[in-house]
Amino acid sequence: MENEKQLKVSAIKNGTVLDHIPSGQLFKVIDILHLSECNNQITIGFNLESKMYGRKGIIKIADRYFADEELNYIALVAPNATVNIIKDFEVVEKKKLSIPDTVVGTVKCGNPVCVTNHEPIKTIFKTVVKDGKVQLLCHYCEKTTDVNDLTIIRNSR
Amino acid sequence: MSKSLISITDFSKDEMLHILDVAAYFEKNKMQSFLSGKVVASLFFEPSTRTRLSFETAANRLGAKVIGFADTRNTSITKGESLKDTIKMVSNYADLIIMRHPLEGSSRYASEISSLPVINAGDGANQHPTQTLLDMYTMRETQGTLENLCINMVGDLKYGRTVHSLIQAMYYFHPRFIFTSPNELTMPEQYKEFLRQHEIPFTETDSLVGHLNEADILYMTRVQQERFTDPMEYEKVKNVYRLDASMLRSVKSNMKILHPLPRVNEIAQDVDDTPYAYYFKQAENGMYVRMAIIAYLLGYK
Repeated sequence: MENEKQLKVSAIKNGTVLDHIPSGQLFKVIDILHLSECNNQITIGFNLESKMYGRKGIIKIADRYFADEELNYIALVAPNATVNIIKDFEVVEKKKLSIPDTVVGTVKCGNPVCVTNHEPIKTIFKTVVKDGKVQLLCHYCEKTTDVNDLTIIRNSR
Repeated sequence: MSKSLISITDFSKDEMLHILDVAAYFEKNKMQSFLSGKVVASLFFEPSTRTRLSFETAANRLGAKVIGFADTRNTSITKGESLKDTIKMVSNYADLIIMRHPLEGSSRYASEISSLPVINAGDGANQHPTQTLLDMYTMRETQGTLENLCINMVGDLKYGRTVHSLIQAMYYFHPRFIFTSPNELTMPEQYKEFLRQHEIPFTETDSLVGHLNEADILYMTRVQQERFTDPMEYEKVKNVYRLDASMLRSVKSNMKILHPLPRVNEIAQDVDDTPYAYYFKQAENGMYVRMAIIAYLLGYK
């Protein structure tokens, strides 16, 4: 089983592997980590078979490690994704993602008349978890955006 | 960064009460001169008559000079100047900024890029904290206290920012609320949840006459036609929430009717002559409360 997986997306020697991303969220994860501007070797698997989701995405970024704060933003769109740190083809660490308390500059406010959608302002949200649902409370317009309707700002850095 | 007033939640209970006390002083002493060396910028990116005149009169009565604009037509904003640049520029000229803007969160943003205190005079449908403070001032003036009042809010409780802010401010004072609205415009769940968390009782009804006699304060708001998806629905409700003098026969003797104005047809003219009408005095109170807020944020009172 493990070998079959490796055939689909080749292994990396050193770097970060993001696995168990629901297929529909794969491109959001790519945007959250700004991978379109990344010069490292990246292999991306899309619509791979998965027992958990039916179809999943996987991203392998060679020779790059991310800060926990950066990785935790992934929890907004793929809370069950796994992060494996690879050194010399071995998994040396598995990280659990946790929802961040504040989200800065990555997500667009869902309120069309929020000032952040009209002026060049870095968005700031507080995360509010209620009945297991995550919502983002905008620091500026004080409206909440549901994480299921998130739009990721590309090139927000 | 200076202390600003953007949301009603920016002020503590003590600060709110302090503002009300200072406003009461200004009501008795209407002309002041202690801000004579100060310049207040009044930036209205969206037209308003009542709020702007109230603020500008308040600044004038404190002795300050007022600069600014009443709409954006004759400003660099029509040339595409960003909000940031406008605020930065004005911050070099004035000592305090009063601002109304159609975009929500714009005043918070302005307070972060300006070194001056900023007073939010309305940012879209979001916040209008000086209205809340003048509503509280008027309640205290008419009832002698803010404690244990029964407040009946009538009309558009879904989109009405004044009723939402008033709930956030009054929860300190053990109120009881009655929410009277058509089914399309009921109080949003987040505010009801807020009240439940703080164990503040409230009743919801679609009948205006049903709970009139319980209220100490009848807080009327305008039901706006544009809020209705179905114009037939609006036609049905617009006269249901119309208060006239004949409905006031057995209300409490201390009951007062407030309205943030402008009223359209939700309060009949014959109510104006009853002892319960207080909305014009409420509008006047806005000036004293705004005097108090300007003085407080500039460090004078």
